[in-house]
Amino acid sequence: MMDINKHMHFVKNSAELDALRNALLKSKEYNSEKVFVCAGGGCIASGSMKVKDAFISQLATNGLGEKLSVMETGCLGPCAVGPIVVIGKDDTFYQKVRVQDVKDIVEKHLMGGKVVENLLHPVEEIKVSKKSELPFFKNQDKQVLRNCGKIDPTKIADYIAVGGYQALSKVLSTMTGEQVVQEVSISGLRGRGGAGFPTGTKWGFARKSQDETKYILCNADEGDPGAFMDRSILEGDPHSIIEGMIIGAFAIGSSQGYVYVRAEYPLAVERLQIAIDQARTFGLIGPNILGTGFNFDLEIRKGSGAFVCGEETALITSIEGNRGEPRPRPPFPAVKGLWNKPTVLNNVETFSNIPLLINEGGAQYAEKGTEKSKGTKIFALAGTVKISGLVEVAVGTPLRKLVYDIGGGISSGKKYKAAQIGGPSGGCIPAEHLDVPLDYEALNKLGAIMGSGGLIVMDESSCMVDVARFFLEFVQDESCGKCVPCREGIVRMKQIVDRICDGKGEMKDLDELEALAKTVTHASLCGLGQTAPNPVLSTLRHFREEYIEHISDKKCRTAVCKELIVFKILDVCNGCQACKKVCPVHAIHGEKKLHHTIDEAECIRCGLCLSTCKFDAIVKY
Amino acid sequence: MSKGEKCSCGDDEKGLLERLEEIIVSFKNKPGALIPVLQATQSLFGYVPQEAILKISEMLNEPLHKVHGVITFYSFFSLKPRGKYLIRVCLGTACYVQGANEILTALKQQLSIEIGETTTDKLFTLDVGRCFGACGLAPIIMVNDDVHQFVKPSGVKKILGAYKKHKAVNQEEET
Ligand SMILES: Cc1cc2nc3c(=O)[nH]c(=O)nc-3n(C[C@H](O)[C@H](O)[C@H](O)COP(=O)(O)O)c2cc1C
Ligand code: FES
Repeated sequence: MMDINKHMHFVKNSAELDALRNALLKSKEYNSEKVFVCAGGGCIASGSMKVKDAFISQLATNGLGEKLSVMETGCLGPCAVGPIVVIGKDDTFYQKVRVQDVKDIVEKHLMGGKVVENLLHPVEEIKVSKKSELPFFKNQDKQVLRNCGKIDPTKIADYIAVGGYQALSKVLSTMTGEQVVQEVSISGLRGRGGAGFPTGTKWGFARKSQDETKYILCNADEGDPGAFMDRSILEGDPHSIIEGMIIGAFAIGSSQGYVYVRAEYPLAVERLQIAIDQARTFGLIGPNILGTGFNFDLEIRKGSGAFVCGEETALITSIEGNRGEPRPRPPFPAVKGLWNKPTVLNNVETFSNIPLLINEGGAQYAEKGTEKSKGTKIFALAGTVKISGLVEVAVGTPLRKLVYDIGGGISSGKKYKAAQIGGPSGGCIPAEHLDVPLDYEALNKLGAIMGSGGLIVMDESSCMVDVARFFLEFVQDESCGKCVPCREGIVRMKQIVDRICDGKGEMKDLDELEALAKTVTHASLCGLGQTAPNPVLSTLRHFREEYIEHISDKKCRTAVCKELIVFKILDVCNGCQACKKVCPVHAIHGEKKLHHTIDEAECIRCGLCLSTCKFDAIVKY
Repeated sequence: MSKGEKCSCGDDEKGLLERLEEIIVSFKNKPGALIPVLQATQSLFGYVPQEAILKISEMLNEPLHKVHGVITFYSFFSLKPRGKYLIRVCLGTACYVQGANEILTALKQQLSIEIGETTTDKLFTLDVGRCFGACGLAPIIMVNDDVHQFVKPSGVKKILGAYKKHKAVNQEEET
C-alpha cells in the first residue's frame, strides 16, 4: 500500500488531482474494511457518537484496530431508527444500536461471522440484514445523496476518492462558461428550492451581464418546517455543494460566493466550514484554481432566525446586513442582486446536482424524471409513517410509493389521511390522490406544490382545519410586515379559521376565506404572502366536510380543536385525586377513592387532567 | 450571567465588552458586518445588552435605529438576558402533528412560565422553534444545543430534572 500523505497537499492542476485520486483509491485507508456509523444530526441526537467511540475501543480490545476502521458518515436516511451502524463487508444494517450492543456486534458478527439478529430492522416480521435489500433503501434512487453514508464529510480525501472535484476539473480544463450553462440547460435541472425555475436559464441570465463583479449564493436557509434535506447534504456531503457552486461561479463569471445557512443548523455550519477550509488548503477554492487562472472564494453567512430570509431578495438584504425584508422584483437578482450586482441564488440541493450532471452529461441526466421535470428529488419524510427520514426518488414517483413502500406505511395503525407537501406554501394530498406523481405540474393541479421536499404524513388523528390554522399561524408569525395584504390579510384569515376551530364559525365564513385568500395571493409582495393561503385553500378543497362539521355540528372529529372537545373520566378511575388537584378551575369533583367527574360547563379544556392521570382513566373526544 | 439587576453591565460583562471590541475590529472592513457582529454579541453575552448596541453602532458607524431594527427583526437576538438553559419546543409541522403542543403545555406548567419568559432562578427560558431539521425524531425539544427526541408530556419533568441537577453539580461553572 502506498503513502498517500505525500499527495495530500495543494493540488496544482487536473493531473495532480487525478494522481491524488488514484493514490487514494490504492491507499490502505480506502481499502480497509469499515464499520459505518451514521453521524447525521438525527443519529447524533440518538447517541451515535458514543456508539462510535465504543466501536473504536471495542475493536482495539479485540485486536482489530488495525484491520477495521470506524467511519463517521453523513445521514443514511432512516433517522427514526437511529443510531444506525452499517457493516461494510456484508452491508448489514443495524438499527437503534446502543453502546452495550457494540461488544456483541464486534465479537459475534465481525469476529464470529454471525449477524446480531435483534438489532436488524424487521420488515413484516422477517428480519432483513442487508441494507440494499431493505424496502426503505431498495425503493430509492440515491443520486444526489450518493455519498451520504459512504464518506466521512469532514475529510476532503474521501470526497476526492469517490470522484469528487472531477466535474470541476472537467469544467475548468475543457469547457467554456457558455458550454456549462448549455449543459445545465440540456439536463433540464429545475431549482430544488421550491419554485422549480430552470437552473440553466437562470445562469444564462447572469452570464449575459457584462458587470465585472457578480455573486453566487447558496440558499441553505431551509425554513420550511418538516424539511431537512438541505441540512443532511450540508452535514453529509458538503463538498458536493462547494463543487457545484464553483462550477456555477465559473459559468456565470463570478469570483465570490456566500452560503446562507440558518441559525438552527450549527452542525451544518461546522461541517461546511471544515469543508471550505479543506478545499482552500487543496487549492480548490482561492486564486488560480487547478492552475487555470480561475479565482473563487466562498464564505458562510449565518441566518438569525427569520423564515422570510429564505426568499431570495430577503436573503440578499440580510447578507447586506439589514432587516431581511424582501424587495420588489424586477429587478431580478440576476440583474441587480447582492450589493446591486448580478447575482445567482440557488438551493443547496440544486448545487449538489451540478457535479452529477456535469460528470454524466446533461442528456444522460435528463433520462430520469418526467417530461417536464428531470432528475431525482430528495424528500424529508416525516409524521406518522413507520420509517421517517430522508429519501431520494426520481421526480414523478407516486406519493404512494414514498408513504408505503419506502416509509413502511402509517405508524399509528390508523388510516392515512393526508400528506402535507411544500410546507407553508403547499397543500394536503388526500387518500384518493395517493397515486399522484411527485412532480411540479401534477402537484400544482391538486393545489399543492412540490416545494423544497418536506413531506409530512398525517393519519386520522389530525384535524385538517387545525392544520390550516397551524400554517396560518406560522406565516402570520413569519410575515415581515412590509406589505399590507400579507400582514393584514393573513391575520384576518387566521381570525376566521380560529373562529371555526372554536365552534363559532358560520357558513358564510368559508366564502370570505376564499375571497381573502385570492386577495392575499395576488397582492402580496413576495412569495411568502403569495403562497400563504395555499394550506387553507387545499384543505378547503379536499376536506371541506371537516370545515362544515366544525361550523354546523360544532364537532371536531379528531378531538384536536380544544373548544369542541369533551373530557370524560372513565370507570377505571380510582379516585386518586391527582386530576382534581391540578385542575386550575376546580371543574373536577369526587370524593377520595371514588369515581370522579368533570363538570363540562366549568371545564376550560386545558388537558392538564389528561396528562396528569397515571391510570389512563381520562379520555377526550 | 449578570449579578446586578439595575445595571445590566456587571463586572464580568466589562470583560466581555472588551472582547466584543476586538470582534468588531476584526469585522470592521467586511461588507454586511452588522449581523455577524450581532451574532457574536448574542453568543458572548447570551443576549444583546444596551452597552453593546451603543458600541456596535459607534464602531461600525451604523445608526442606532438600524442596529435596533435589525435586532428586533430576527428571533435569534434577544434584548433581555436569557436563562442558563434555553428550552425551545419545536412547533414545526412534523412535531406539531406528533403532539408538540401538549409538550409545550407540560413545560409551561412545570416551569410556571409562558413563552419568552425566564424562570425566577434564571435557569430556564422557554421559547418555541419552527423545525430544527430533526423531524424524523418528532416531537423534539432543544435545550441549548441538546436535542431531546420522541418527547412525551410525561417525560418533561425528567428532562428538566437532569438540567437542574447538572446546575447543582456545576454551581461555579460559567460559560
Ligand atoms: C417565504 C419564502 C421562503 C423560502 N425559503 C427557501 C429556503 O429556505 N430555501 C430555498 O432554497 N429556497 C427558499 N425559497 C425560494 C427562494 O426564493 C428561491 O426561489 C430559491 O432559493 C432559488 O433556488 P433554486 O432555483 O435552486 O430553487 C423561499 C421562498 C419564499 C417565498
Ligand atoms: S418539525 Fe420539529 S424538527 Fe422538524
